[in-house]
Amino acid sequence: MAAFSPSQVTLNARPPAEGAGTPLIQTDSVNLHYGTTQALKNISVTLGERHVTAFIGPSGCGKSTFLRCFNRMNDLIDSVRITGSIKIGGQDIYSPDVDVIELRKRIGMVFQRSNPFPKSIYDNITYGLKLHGMTAKSDLDAAVEQSLRSAALWDEVKDRLNTSAMGLSGGQQQRLCIARAIAIKPEILLMDEPASALDPIATAKIEELIIELKREFTIVIVTHNMQQAARISDHTAFFYLGELIEFGPTAKLFTNPSKKQTEDYVTGRFG
Amino acid sequence: MNSASSKPARLGFRSRGFDFASFAFTGITGLATLFILLILGIILANIAWHGWGTFSWRFLTGSADQDMFDVNKAGVLPMLIGTTLRVMLMTLFVVPIGVITAVYLTEYANSTALTTRIIRGAVNNLAGVPSIVFGLFGLGFFISFIGGAMDAGATEPHWGKPAILWASLTLAVMTLPLVIVATEESLRAITPGLREASLALGATKLETILKIVLPEALPGILTGGILAVGRAGGEVAPILFTGAAYYMRDLPKGPTDQFMDLGYHVFILSTQSPDIEKTRPILFATVLALLLLTLSLNLVAVIVRARVRKKMRAGH
Repeated sequence: MAAFSPSQVTLNARPPAEGAGTPLIQTDSVNLHYGTTQALKNISVTLGERHVTAFIGPSGCGKSTFLRCFNRMNDLIDSVRITGSIKIGGQDIYSPDVDVIELRKRIGMVFQRSNPFPKSIYDNITYGLKLHGMTAKSDLDAAVEQSLRSAALWDEVKDRLNTSAMGLSGGQQQRLCIARAIAIKPEILLMDEPASALDPIATAKIEELIIELKREFTIVIVTHNMQQAARISDHTAFFYLGELIEFGPTAKLFTNPSKKQTEDYVTGRFG
Repeated sequence: MNSASSKPARLGFRSRGFDFASFAFTGITGLATLFILLILGIILANIAWHGWGTFSWRFLTGSADQDMFDVNKAGVLPMLIGTTLRVMLMTLFVVPIGVITAVYLTEYANSTALTTRIIRGAVNNLAGVPSIVFGLFGLGFFISFIGGAMDAGATEPHWGKPAILWASLTLAVMTLPLVIVATEESLRAITPGLREASLALGATKLETILKIVLPEALPGILTGGILAVGRAGGEVAPILFTGAAYYMRDLPKGPTDQFMDLGYHVFILSTQSPDIEKTRPILFATVLALLLLTLSLNLVAVIVRARVRKKMRAGH
């Protein structure tokens, strides 16, 4: 528990600085193997606090795998080997004294396919809170309302909190998953193609939400949709075949990329 | 211009005529289904027809005290109770053990490891073992080995003799594969996304299994229980040496007592009667009682499962 205490992560109210902002996530020569296949090659990157960073690249380029390194979801796969270092707030998250549970509590995740629990809307939000020790009904009620409001879902569901989450539309389910993730007040929100299964209107709502959430959270989002990356992110990282080809401010990467491969991809010549 | 091009060319939508293959196949599959239904109908009608005359409230609530082979005196209450008890006791053993095994196999064991494949193979082989072998196993393992060890030093065997406890345990071993396989299937049907969502919120693996995975798998677990109850309800061979009694004046009062059993009683009626012709109506009525009992035990489980499903859809 002590391995990743709040004091080590400085949250400040300053607006994101130019450039990469206050560094929050720093990776150094990260290599990842699935058995004998190398999925990530020598990735070193620094992501800023309260920034939205987009990971783009063709399918199978390793962007989701890299994202899953940050909350150690890759630990669940037996054949995965990771070398190099990933530091969050200066703390190496793969160090043996890091409590993975505590780490995941502080780094929320939203998945590609919305995955609400087959429980009520209320129970979906309180699941994580109860795991981490919140028991008082009034605290839970307040947290449910607050996180649903933050996820722009409160007005749509406030009258049916005790009905099943499975009855919500796809876009509502995904916003519920976002609400569930932010209910436990993480510092970082990882999003793995959160809008890829949604229609354009639901996608637009999620995007608005991400821009809104940026004020409180550091967001890393994997997306296949380049317009989406351009619209919502401050920085963009382009991955190709397990390598980080280019990383920089989104505007620059899309209008004036320094690598030929990046240019080809963002202009739609391949991928 | 020739005549062929004067008309617009027809596209190939013309009927090819009568499709004999489709007709024949529909007919064959339909007939096969009908055949099964017919056999089932004949069996049930035969039992109901011959048994109905004797099947009465007095028969269901009567004992076997006076003469179990006399149409006017025989009753099956002790057997109804005995069979119900042994099935319920078996369920208490087989469901927890089966579920825990399935959880290990799907959630913890490395599915490609040799040990996992050996366990899986063993479970499948267990399902193929003839039931009389389970009966002998129960006699050798539960009664002689375990019961005998528990009796060590005693002059009279207390545990080391046929008893409802050992019969139920033997049945539990026999039905274990059904529960394991049904539970495993329902665990595997749960989208990995649910487990990931729970873990990503900082739940431990144990919390994820207890709070998300098992509640979601509950209908499948109950299906396994239903299959086990259905299979065990009518089995005689496994309890033959391990607990069923030819005749008992009293109902079983504890786990070490023997019990009378409907299935075993059918066997007794058809082989031990001094006058087969006179006993036949009792035989059919007893079979009818056994069928109805198995059916109602299944029905209870099906209703429980339906309620669980409804509750799950409503979102608790």
